[in-house]
Amino acid sequence: MDVILFALFAFIAVAAAINLVVQTHPISSALSLIGVMGSLAALYLLLGGEFIAAAQLVVYAGAIMVLFVFVIMLLNAGTEKKKTIKNSYARFFGIPLLTAFLGLIAFIIQAMIPPGDGVVFGKFTGGGPGEVGIKLFTSYLLPFEATSILILIAILGAIVLARKEIE
Amino acid sequence: MSSEFLVIALVKAALVAFVLMTTLAYLQWIERKVIAHIQLRVGPRRVGPHGLLQPLADVVKLLTKEDMIPSHVNKFFFLLAPFMAVFFALISISVIPFGPEIDIGGIRTYMQLSDLNIGVLFILALSSMGVYGVALAGWSSNNKYALLGGLRSSAQMISYELPLALALVAPLLIMNTLSLREIVDYQAGYYFGIIPRWAIFLGPFPQVVAFIVFMIAAFAETNRVPFDLPEAENELVAGFHTEYSSMKFAAFFMAEYANMITVSCMAVLLFLGGWHPLWSPSFGSNFLPTALFLFAGAISLYHGLNPARKLDKYTLPATAVIFFIIGVSFLIPVVNTILIPLFWFAGKVFLILFLFIWVRGSLPRFRYDQLMKFAWTVMFPVAMANLLITGLLVALTNK
Repeated sequence: MDVILFALFAFIAVAAAINLVVQTHPISSALSLIGVMGSLAALYLLLGGEFIAAAQLVVYAGAIMVLFVFVIMLLNAGTEKKKTIKNSYARFFGIPLLTAFLGLIAFIIQAMIPPGDGVVFGKFTGGGPGEVGIKLFTSYLLPFEATSILILIAILGAIVLARKEIE
Repeated sequence: MSSEFLVIALVKAALVAFVLMTTLAYLQWIERKVIAHIQLRVGPRRVGPHGLLQPLADVVKLLTKEDMIPSHVNKFFFLLAPFMAVFFALISISVIPFGPEIDIGGIRTYMQLSDLNIGVLFILALSSMGVYGVALAGWSSNNKYALLGGLRSSAQMISYELPLALALVAPLLIMNTLSLREIVDYQAGYYFGIIPRWAIFLGPFPQVVAFIVFMIAAFAETNRVPFDLPEAENELVAGFHTEYSSMKFAAFFMAEYANMITVSCMAVLLFLGGWHPLWSPSFGSNFLPTALFLFAGAISLYHGLNPARKLDKYTLPATAVIFFIIGVSFLIPVVNTILIPLFWFAGKVFLILFLFIWVRGSLPRFRYDQLMKFAWTVMFPVAMANLLITGLLVALTNK
């Protein structure tokens, strides 16, 4: 059952990710990205990281992507023109070469990782809200605060750039 | 174990789905009736006694209407949007507990579909995903009014999600859990034997302010009056669902009512003690449902014996008998372990739903700038201050 669900959501994640690149309309791409995030959340859930799955949905799919979609709709961005590839070499050898390249990288990474017990579904018990909170406010306090200041600077910058000059 | 678990899960899912769908249909009937009475009208009366079959007639009407897809819409997203809206609205009922653990003939089960230990976050996640349905509907309709409605709705829901979440965090800090079942269990018991330990009375800091902020934000999250700017009909025709007809229109309607029910359940579970009665069973709170139904039966029996209209002779005594049967069934030993918690839970949820309808019948709509200003300059600071005070008191008392 776990394996079937894993295969299903992994397939959705990869398919949505490919769709994200292939689609020409920004809204379609944004929605595909939501699909990727949703299926990633499902994968976290399968592993047992319930809080991380919920955080993924609330923060990425629920908050950030809503803003993306909002901005795309507000600016009414149109479809981008598709560039047809003229080079016949690229057309015929592109996908097989890319697959081979990715396979090679996957093989190297797998060889580098020391053999362990592997992943067991539902066995991940850490990562609850309490543990994440304690880590965030003890070991990672400085990076956490630095990030929030960085975000504040980004917001201020956006406002300064977007504000119309008042004569 | 596995097959038994499967059967129980299926039965529970079927029951919950049936009750939810019926409540959705009849909530609309209740809303029309209550608003009619607020405005000194009678409301639906033609289809069935007191218009009780009106929801059925509405469904038939919506199903048989022509399902139009305007030629200028973005077809894929136009069809996807109502589906998304209704999906994310209906699915959150699956983590809501309706009562304690029950025991029917040796089979022990929770009155809940699944006890997620991040239940609160799950519902928040689904409610934030619900924005997509409305936003996409507005955008894909390719219509300026629909687009404005969709944009308004996303901006409004993003803004009000903040005070909503901050208001939720304060009671969660006191209870120290995210599981809806544990949240309700924490609110069991009574101070001095009289005052219930519901979150709105709970020490060290009663969450009355959080409850009020939560309710106001909930009105905005469900796009209800006085915050129904996304469908403000006098400026936007019908907002995001202008171009929708037939069942696709009905899907948005269903999503709105399902969201109302979810939000009311959340308010009851987090702030009003879930299925725990207002006063202790040792003071006889278990006999309240029986007394209420017997009283209602007595009234209709009295009017049946002194009929004002011709048919009252037959209909009112029949109603009285139904009320008596319901009232007595609260006294049967095994059955009442299910019925009494359900009575308190459903009673509180319906009180909050009534509040939603009451507000719709009494308040005018806000202006859009007022709505945004209210969210960021009033709701957000109040929720934040409440959270800070609660956090401080929890830190001081929990050593």
